[in-house]
Amino acid sequence: MNASDGLDYAATQLARASLDHCVKCTICETHCPVSAVTDKFTGPKYVGPQAERFRHGESVDHSLDYCSSCGACTLACPQGVKIAELNGQARAVMKSDHMPLRDQLISQTTLMGMAMTPVAPVANAALSIKPLRTVIEKVMGIHRDAPMPKANTQTLAGWLKKRPKPTAKATRGTLVFFHGCAGGYFEVETSKKSIEVLEHLGYEVLVPKQGCCGLAEQSNGLFDGATAKVLKLCDELRSAGRDLTIISSSGSCTGMLKHEAHLIMGVDDARLADVGTRIRDIMEFLLELYEAGELPTDFKPIELTAVYHAPCQLKSQGMGQPALEILKLIPGVQAVESEVACCGIAGTYGLKKEKYEIAQAVGKPLFDKVKRVNPEFAMCDTETCRWQIRKGSGAKVEHPVFLVHQAYGLS
Amino acid sequence: MKTLSADVVVVGGGSTGVGVVRDVAMRGYSAILVDRADLAQGTTGRYHGLLHSGGRYVVSDPHSATECAEENAIISRINADAVELTGGYFVATQVDDPAWGDDWAKGATDTKVPFEEVSVADVLKAEPRLNPKISRAFAVQDGSVDGWQMVWGAANSAKQYGAQILTYHRVTGITRDGDRVSQVICTDDKTGEEVRISTNFVLNCAAAWGGGIAAMAGCPDVQVVPGAGIMIAMNHRLTNSVVNRLTYPADGDILVPVHTVCIIGTTDQKADDPDRLMIDWGEVQQMMDCGELLVPGFRSARAIHAWAGARPLVKDSRVGAGDTRHMSRGMSIIDHSDRDGLKGLLTIAGGKLTTYRLMAEKVVNAMCAQLNDPRPCRTATEQVPGSESGRNYVITHRLEEREHDRYDDQILCECELMSKGMFTRALADQPKGSFDDLRRQLRLGMGPCQGGFCSMRATGVALQSEHIDIERATGLMRLFLKNRWIGIWPILYGDQVRQTALDNWIFQGTLDVEHLPGPTHEEVV
Repeated sequence: MNASDGLDYAATQLARASLDHCVKCTICETHCPVSAVTDKFTGPKYVGPQAERFRHGESVDHSLDYCSSCGACTLACPQGVKIAELNGQARAVMKSDHMPLRDQLISQTTLMGMAMTPVAPVANAALSIKPLRTVIEKVMGIHRDAPMPKANTQTLAGWLKKRPKPTAKATRGTLVFFHGCAGGYFEVETSKKSIEVLEHLGYEVLVPKQGCCGLAEQSNGLFDGATAKVLKLCDELRSAGRDLTIISSSGSCTGMLKHEAHLIMGVDDARLADVGTRIRDIMEFLLELYEAGELPTDFKPIELTAVYHAPCQLKSQGMGQPALEILKLIPGVQAVESEVACCGIAGTYGLKKEKYEIAQAVGKPLFDKVKRVNPEFAMCDTETCRWQIRKGSGAKVEHPVFLVHQAYGLS
Repeated sequence: MKTLSADVVVVGGGSTGVGVVRDVAMRGYSAILVDRADLAQGTTGRYHGLLHSGGRYVVSDPHSATECAEENAIISRINADAVELTGGYFVATQVDDPAWGDDWAKGATDTKVPFEEVSVADVLKAEPRLNPKISRAFAVQDGSVDGWQMVWGAANSAKQYGAQILTYHRVTGITRDGDRVSQVICTDDKTGEEVRISTNFVLNCAAAWGGGIAAMAGCPDVQVVPGAGIMIAMNHRLTNSVVNRLTYPADGDILVPVHTVCIIGTTDQKADDPDRLMIDWGEVQQMMDCGELLVPGFRSARAIHAWAGARPLVKDSRVGAGDTRHMSRGMSIIDHSDRDGLKGLLTIAGGKLTTYRLMAEKVVNAMCAQLNDPRPCRTATEQVPGSESGRNYVITHRLEEREHDRYDDQILCECELMSKGMFTRALADQPKGSFDDLRRQLRLGMGPCQGGFCSMRATGVALQSEHIDIERATGLMRLFLKNRWIGIWPILYGDQVRQTALDNWIFQGTLDVEHLPGPTHEEVV
């Protein structure tokens, strides 16, 4: 697939055929967290199966850019209309001739991580300085109050290089770990704990050198770059060994490999299909082990009641909420389901100055619930959502694998 | 009884009739057009929406091809707001002989139909859903045209020149004074009142119904054979250009993108009665097979509505009586002074929507000749009201309009993005109109839900507007749903079944629409 094919696909093929299934029932509209808080967005049914009939490769309805791509609509649709995918494609086509520099830059997640790690304390300090953020908002269009990742002084690669090699012999075979950009640079602890849990279970964990999945570029309509990135990543993950199960604790990036790159950008490549069928979210993997009777449940009790929020991009993978099932196995843990569709951030959506307020309004019921249930701690599977919930609620928010790690006595 | 008078009475409010009344009025005659129903409710509203490039006829009917090519350019300009310049292709599929393309290209050159041979790769890039097995392709200047919009544009132009347009006026008699026509007698079906129009000249533009009109004036045996063809609208555009099969004109040889849908057509069966056209299931299957040949996967796409139209083909002794496909597509003018010894009556039939203006020009010329009153035709140069800007229709129009008024107006018909404001304005212009009359101007209920959601909203808004009372509201809604259903049941498969089931639950299960208190007599038109 060459540079322009992704957009051509979006302009002409789309997930468009699925619009034929729409019966106007409006269930998607009732699930849309964005149209619930703003009338700037005309709603998923309007923008998707309705407006698409009026498009001819061009999109004149600029309000569709207010779709956050959370995918709650596609998940809710009982008829199988790929609503969010349609919207993502239409947006990519609409923005193709005037892509904002801001959207091109904030989608370069690897670049951000690499640039910030060596100067982590400085970068973190800089991002907490109000006047600087105001300048960034003016110049870049990133809202001054938008949640920003905390840079780490050590990358996952750095930790892997320096840590003592695992001494226990691998009894269960070999897995490949996909950490994603955030899991490599910002949310390094999540990756470390995931690897340690898998090793504790008896697996050898291979972590090949790997780049970005391109999700942020895809959701910003930059299909060429995203396609190149996702295929390069497939090559990297495949280089670790054939037929090995790939595990990730980066929920939304997993979705990119499982379905989004194919459905939204039309990437039709055997490498992607191979990786997409082999990859598992870590909690999904643990639940599969449990259901096969292969997960040790010698969990130490943890007295904790906290909100668990399943991110939109995890739910859109159609695997239910495996983290909830796993957390139930840990004595003392009361995971309270968030029962909201989306935290509002939706990748890079909530960072943008024109959407920041909307994203905060979308997330408010979740922030309120966290404050009510346990203002100190909450759980969520994806990185940017954790930043959003931390910022919105003030709670410490971690991946549910933290509790599994602790319950196995690893921390 | 009401009495009116006019220099000319035009019978029939299809494309030919409105073209004629516009031409007559622009030449300075006083004119009245009567139709038994709404404008463009007959054949003009029941076709596939093609504005011919002429390419279809370059081999089979060269004279028509040239006329189409010339009129295509004129109609695209004078009826700009009704025409979309989609462009079109003639493609040879795996069952068509690519060598026939040489005959076709020679015909196109001879008939001055603009064309260009294009590579299969370029066609597939422009229309990626097209059958990848096509072996040869020519690009032509086909367009699509909204027949209703075109007709209303011409009618409004005629009105600006003083013509009266009387819809739902059914002709019941034509009286003669010696060897001259003297009066047209109508019944106003909305009020039951008789209307007598004194006139010197009657132009019979009733097309497939024209034989009956001529007979009323005592001119028997005018044979306009209804050539029935079915068409099926698919839920969205599978191609954005017109796609024709590169073959001698045959059934199911064209796919036309019009507004939000694309239409596959058509068949050709001799019919006995243009008011009773059946949609045969075998013909539906035939259209699906033809669609599959042009766009693989066509059968699994969603069909939303089917209809049949009656071509008004003047019987030609040169072809067998049952072979309507090869009866002349050209226009025929019957001068009843020669044929029946009656002055002041011309019957016109045949022709095509694309050549509606040219047909009008010819018949009005013939009238002027009979009256010995030559006046020049000006219809080719002046744009109709609504088309003054010269901007053609584009598919994104309504999406862009709703983007701008979405905070200020509601949307009643979601499928076709028709706002409440559009509906209330049209209703105020036509307070006695049925919802189908409004539909033809607004596309109310013409999308995938086929009235499932919009018809009840429209009914509520119409009632609030105080143009109608509660009983008439119920009657109008029931009639609208009934008429939609006529076009749904022949294509009831796949996704449209789910929609129909949901609509049925809403109307029968929740609203119990059959048992709502209705008028003592049901609305019938």
